Amino acid sequence: MAANGLEFEKPILELEALLDELRKPEKREEARAQGIDLDAEVARLEAELRRVIEQVFANLTPWEQTLLSRHKHRPYSLDYIRLVFDDFMELAGDRRAANDEAVIGGPAFLDGEPVMVIGQQKGRDLRERQRRNFGSAHAEGFRKSLRLAQMASRFRRPLISFIDTAAASADLRAEEYGVSEAIARNMAEFSALETPVVVVIIGEGGSGGAIGQAVGDRALMLEHSVYSVIPPEGAAAILWRDAAKAPDAASALKLTAEDARRLGIVDGVLPEPLGGAHRDHHAAAATVKRAIHKALKELSRLPVDELLSRRYARFRRFGAWTEGPGHGAGTGESPTR
Amino acid sequence: MVRAMRSPRSSPRPADPMSAGGWFGRRGRARAMDSVPDGLALKCEACDEIIFAKALERTLQVCPKCGYHRRLGAQDRLEATVDEDSFVEMDRELQPSDPLQFPDYADKIRLAREKTGLDEALVTGRASIEGMQVMIAVSDFGFMGGSMGSVYGEKITRTFERAADERLPAVVFSASGGARMQEGLIALMQMAKTSAAVQRLARARVPYISVLTNPTTGGVFASYASLADVTLAEPGAVVGFAGRRVGRQDLGGHLPANFQTSEFQLEHGMVDRIVPRRDMRGALAYLLRFFSDKTDDGS
Ligand SMILES: [Zn+2]
Repeated sequence: MAANGLEFEKPILELEALLDELRKPEKREEARAQGIDLDAEVARLEAELRRVIEQVFANLTPWEQTLLSRHKHRPYSLDYIRLVFDDFMELAGDRRAANDEAVIGGPAFLDGEPVMVIGQQKGRDLRERQRRNFGSAHAEGFRKSLRLAQMASRFRRPLISFIDTAAASADLRAEEYGVSEAIARNMAEFSALETPVVVVIIGEGGSGGAIGQAVGDRALMLEHSVYSVIPPEGAAAILWRDAAKAPDAASALKLTAEDARRLGIVDGVLPEPLGGAHRDHHAAAATVKRAIHKALKELSRLPVDELLSRRYARFRRFGAWTEGPGHGAGTGESPTR
Repeated sequence: MVRAMRSPRSSPRPADPMSAGGWFGRRGRARAMDSVPDGLALKCEACDEIIFAKALERTLQVCPKCGYHRRLGAQDRLEATVDEDSFVEMDRELQPSDPLQFPDYADKIRLAREKTGLDEALVTGRASIEGMQVMIAVSDFGFMGGSMGSVYGEKITRTFERAADERLPAVVFSASGGARMQEGLIALMQMAKTSAAVQRLARARVPYISVLTNPTTGGVFASYASLADVTLAEPGAVVGFAGRRVGRQDLGGHLPANFQTSEFQLEHGMVDRIVPRRDMRGALAYLLRFFSDKTDDGS
C-alpha cells in the first residue's frame, strides 16, 4: 500500500500499517502476556492517525491537490456509476469510426429515475490503462458522448457527465479524426441539449479534454480534484523551461476546486472523506449522489427555454476585463479580490 | 464613427518571438523570415532566398520565390481583405485584466501592446467585402501568440451575437496558439462561451466563414474556429490540436510530413478549401454572394 501512496501520505500510511499489525490476534496475545493494555494503545494511535491526516490535509498545496486528483486508488467514473446508480448499461461506439474506451456511457437509473450517464474513464492496471488510453479521449470518444447526450436530449432524460482526464489525446489518430472539431462540436451542441446537464469533476479536469464534455447547467467538483487550462508540468515548461517547477505552476494556475469555485466556474465543491476519496469510495459516492439529486431537483423545475437561456448565460458571463473609464470590471465573475 | 486603428507599424515587422501564451507552448514554424538589418530585404526561411520588402508588400507577404505565406498582423489582414475604408472597429475599449495575478502577465500584456500597437490579440468590427456587409474578427499572432483570454473571448462572442442580431455574415480569421494560459480556467471557459455563441448563430441561420491562418492550434482550433459553415485555410499554415513539437515528441517521428498543416486538415476532412492569400478576398466574396439571399430574408 505504501508503495502506491503519495509522498505526503507517508506518515499516514506508516501509522496505518502499524495499526494493522497491532490489530492482529497474535499481537493481542503477545501484549497480554507482557501486561500491555493494547486497546488503549490502539485507541491512542487511532487518535494520532486522525490528527495526522487532518494536519496533512489542512495544508495541501495546489501541487499536492494535483497529485491527489491523479491518485491511482481514486474512484473513477465507473466506480461512481456503480455506487451512485441502481443500474447502468454501457453502450458503445460513435457510429462513425470506432468505440473509444477512454469514454464510457449509457442509460442508468438514479433511485428509479432514468438518466443518461457519460464519463471519462481511466484504467486501474496497466492493461486497462492502455486500453483506455489513460483516460485521454480521441475524437471518437467525444463523438460517442455527443451521441448519448443527444439521445438524452431527444428523450428528455437528464445527462450526468463525469470528468476525469489529463487531456484529450493529441496523437496522429486524434488529428486525423478531428479531435479539435469533436471538442468544439460537443461544446456547441451541449449548450443546446434540451435536458438538464450536471457535470461532476471527479479527478483531473484537463483543459480541452475536460471542457469538451463539461458544458452544462451545474458543475460540481470533488474537493481534491483539479480543473486547469494546461497541466502544471506543461505550464512550467513554457514559463520556466523546467517541468520540475510544476508545483509553482500549479499555484499560479489556480486549479484547485476551491479556486474554481471562487472564480465562479464551478457551482459547488463536494467534500471528500478525510484523507481523500480514495480512502472511502462509498462515502465519496454518497456525497456525489446527494449533490446530483439536489441539482436535478432544482433543474427539473425549469422549462426547457429557461434552462437553455440560463445555460447560455452561465458561460456567457465567464471572463474578466475592464471596459473603458466608468465601466469598471466586465460582466460576471470578475474575480478581483 | 470610423476609427482608425492605433499606431500603424513600420513594415516589415521583425518576426514574432514565441509567446508563452499558447496552450502547449508551441513555436509554430519558428521565425518565418529573419529581418535583414536595413529593412530593405528579408531572407525567406522557407526557401532561404533574399526577398525585397517592396516585393513582399505587393504579394501581401507571400514569398514570390516559394509561395510561403508569412504571417499578417491584424491591420494588414484587414487591409488585404475588406473594402477600403469600410472597417469600423468595435469593442476597442475592452482591456485585459489579470484575474489570477499570474506571474509576469501584466508585463507580457504591456510588451505585446508596445510591439503590436494593439490592445489585445483580436480586432473586431464591421466592414464590407465587395460591397457586402459583414461582421469581421481578426486575431493577431504577434500579441501573445494570438492567445484567447477574456477579452478575445468576449469580443468574438459579441461579434457572433451582433452577426445574429443584425443578420450579417460573420467572417473570422484566426492566428492563435490557443487559450491564454495566464488567465487559467477563465481562458478555458472562453472555448465554451465562443462555441455556444456559434451554436446560436447557426440556429439563427446566419452564415459564418472561418479562415485558419498560420498558426491555428489548441483551444482556438478546438472551439469556434472549427464550427463554421465554411472553413478556409491558407496554404502551409500550422493547423492542429496540440503544437507540432508536442505531437512529434509523443509519436517519435512516425508522422506524415504535412502533419498539422492546412493540407493535412484538408486531407482529413477538417477544412473545406485551401485558398492562397491573393485569392482569399475573392473566395470570401463568392461565398458571401452564395449566402446573401438567405441573410436578407430576415427569418
Ligand atoms: Zn520563400
